[in-house]
Amino acid sequence: MAARTLFDKLWDAHLVKAPTAATPGILYVDLHLIHEVTSPQAFAELRTRGLSVRCPERTLATLDHSTPTAPFDDLGQPVYASEDAAAQVGELEKNCAQFGIRLNGWSSEHRGIVHVIGPELGATQPGMTIVCGDSHTSTHGAFGALAFGIGTTEVGHVLATQCLLQQKPKTLAIEVDGTLPAGCSAKDLVLHIIGQIGVNGGTGHVIEYRGRAIRALSMEQRMTVCNMAIEAGARAGLIAPDEITYDYLRGRPYAPQGEDWGKAVAYWNTLASDADARYDRTVHIDATRVRPTVTYGTHPGMVVALEANVPLPATLQERRALDYMRVEAGKPLAGMAVDVVFVGSCTNSRISDLREAADVLRGRMLASRVRMLVVPGSLAIKREAEREGLDQIFRAAGAEWREPGCSMCIAMNGDLAQPGQLVVSTSNRNFEGRQGPGARTVLASPAVAAASAVAGCIADPQSLLQEQAA
Amino acid sequence: MSTNRPITHIRSRTAVLAHENIDTDRIIPARFLTTTQRDGLGRYAFNDWRYAADGSPDPAFELNKMAARGCEILVAGRNFGCGSSREHAPWALLDFGLRAVLSSEIADIFRNNALKNGLLAVVLSESEHRYLLAHPGIELAIDVAAQTIELPDGGRFSFQLDAFAKHCLLAGVDQLGFLLAHNDAIEQFERLRGEAA
Repeated sequence: MAARTLFDKLWDAHLVKAPTAATPGILYVDLHLIHEVTSPQAFAELRTRGLSVRCPERTLATLDHSTPTAPFDDLGQPVYASEDAAAQVGELEKNCAQFGIRLNGWSSEHRGIVHVIGPELGATQPGMTIVCGDSHTSTHGAFGALAFGIGTTEVGHVLATQCLLQQKPKTLAIEVDGTLPAGCSAKDLVLHIIGQIGVNGGTGHVIEYRGRAIRALSMEQRMTVCNMAIEAGARAGLIAPDEITYDYLRGRPYAPQGEDWGKAVAYWNTLASDADARYDRTVHIDATRVRPTVTYGTHPGMVVALEANVPLPATLQERRALDYMRVEAGKPLAGMAVDVVFVGSCTNSRISDLREAADVLRGRMLASRVRMLVVPGSLAIKREAEREGLDQIFRAAGAEWREPGCSMCIAMNGDLAQPGQLVVSTSNRNFEGRQGPGARTVLASPAVAAASAVAGCIADPQSLLQEQAA
Repeated sequence: MSTNRPITHIRSRTAVLAHENIDTDRIIPARFLTTTQRDGLGRYAFNDWRYAADGSPDPAFELNKMAARGCEILVAGRNFGCGSSREHAPWALLDFGLRAVLSSEIADIFRNNALKNGLLAVVLSESEHRYLLAHPGIELAIDVAAQTIELPDGGRFSFQLDAFAKHCLLAGVDQLGFLLAHNDAIEQFERLRGEAA
């Protein structure tokens, strides 16, 4: 058999029917994740057509997008931002009950952001196909699973048939050579990559991240890198599974147990791309050149190292973006006044991210005019952080310690910035108005976000961390 | 998601939004996604460009101008529809009155969602795209079967369209029916995998 990439192997193993000149391929879906925002119209379609859910056991539901992250009321109930948001959650509860789907709802200890709980439960596994009505489904590719976002019509397709119609995408290898410098995180790396290949650099492609710097990343860091594959326009991001993957998964509730574990690992070990496999494109990234990096514009490809100056605008669009952000070209972004700091989202809300932010905040206070929200990605992460006392560090610094959810990443649950406010955010999108109409977003790592909260302006965490070590 | 109206020809003047990287948050901001319906989203299309902070229409926004009234074809800057997978984006554009979006590059998930709802999403060459951006308001005649766009001066652009998407647009059939018809193949796939495990 010809040499195959990781993507080829995943694709071939899930083809119910190969594509022809006249019809797309039919691809089988192993795990379908759903949430309240992109599923109601799909369930409505099932009802209209009198269809059932083909494999309810292959679908996992959670509440995350429109759910409040503020503390519950005196009766222990969530306080929704609107009646519509409450109704939307009620609709998912009803749909899951009627169609026999597991819902990690308000009463579940497993509730959290859909792309955080899948891995956390071990539901996300190498070799799988995983889809969700959410573009950041690419996160799960960190495990060597083919995972991508779909629309609501397709959510209906998967519910009814467990399959999707798909054209075969192209492959893009991103070889990250060398090692990341100390003080640089996975977020800095992925922002750097998007800056290099552009927000449309991955369109039509599945990215496989490869190379020494990628192999050295923890699972949580790999998830951050794959999470933002979509911000380069890619269909999915992939990293071949290895011992780091297996160490993360072993013993998790949905992971294979006992004899099944050994069999699963034997299969997972066959998934990595063959040595002589060919990609449609290959890009090389030098990890040693990565620096703490943030965005300065209005899409995730407009990035700048904290130590560098904001580039001069090359196009009218870029000039517009600088005007919107009130950023001056030719000067560094460091020192720009900050109003809000958000640590959370499916990009950076895992326990390692909270530790990274807490390390900077330990024993320090937020600058007086800064509001900081820390939103754990799941209830399990919240509990773990509280066991470690991280919540006390955040609270003592003056930050808000909140319930899990998507929160200010998508700003549809009432957590949002005011017009004109500058938000340093560990999330994934700095589009105009993403975090509230007129809000200005600077994407950053948890460490840079925390340092900026302390300084009251965009700041490099290195000096703070060195102070602590001294 | 039900059976769509067949799309064979679209004849309309163009409206132009030349901005590159118009993301789906721009097309419909997330705060309008708490709906459980797919209808009636046109009023939120491009909301934060269309309306000033006080809720009045912004006269400077291209689609608010008289010339754009009734236009069914949008010519948009490169990489249209990037970002979130929300299908509310094509639902909002269709409900707003658009039937086709033309650009030099269209984000994968948006294009997929658009075609599944009968919103024709067409990728043109850089030079064709530049021409259309430079000539807002010209009347185009799109022939889906022939995969051509006719210009007022008799010029003609042709475009790529995946055969199955084209069939579905022309016949007004949706894709779930096709999948359901393959139930035997799906069952066989599940059986073979079960045996291999």
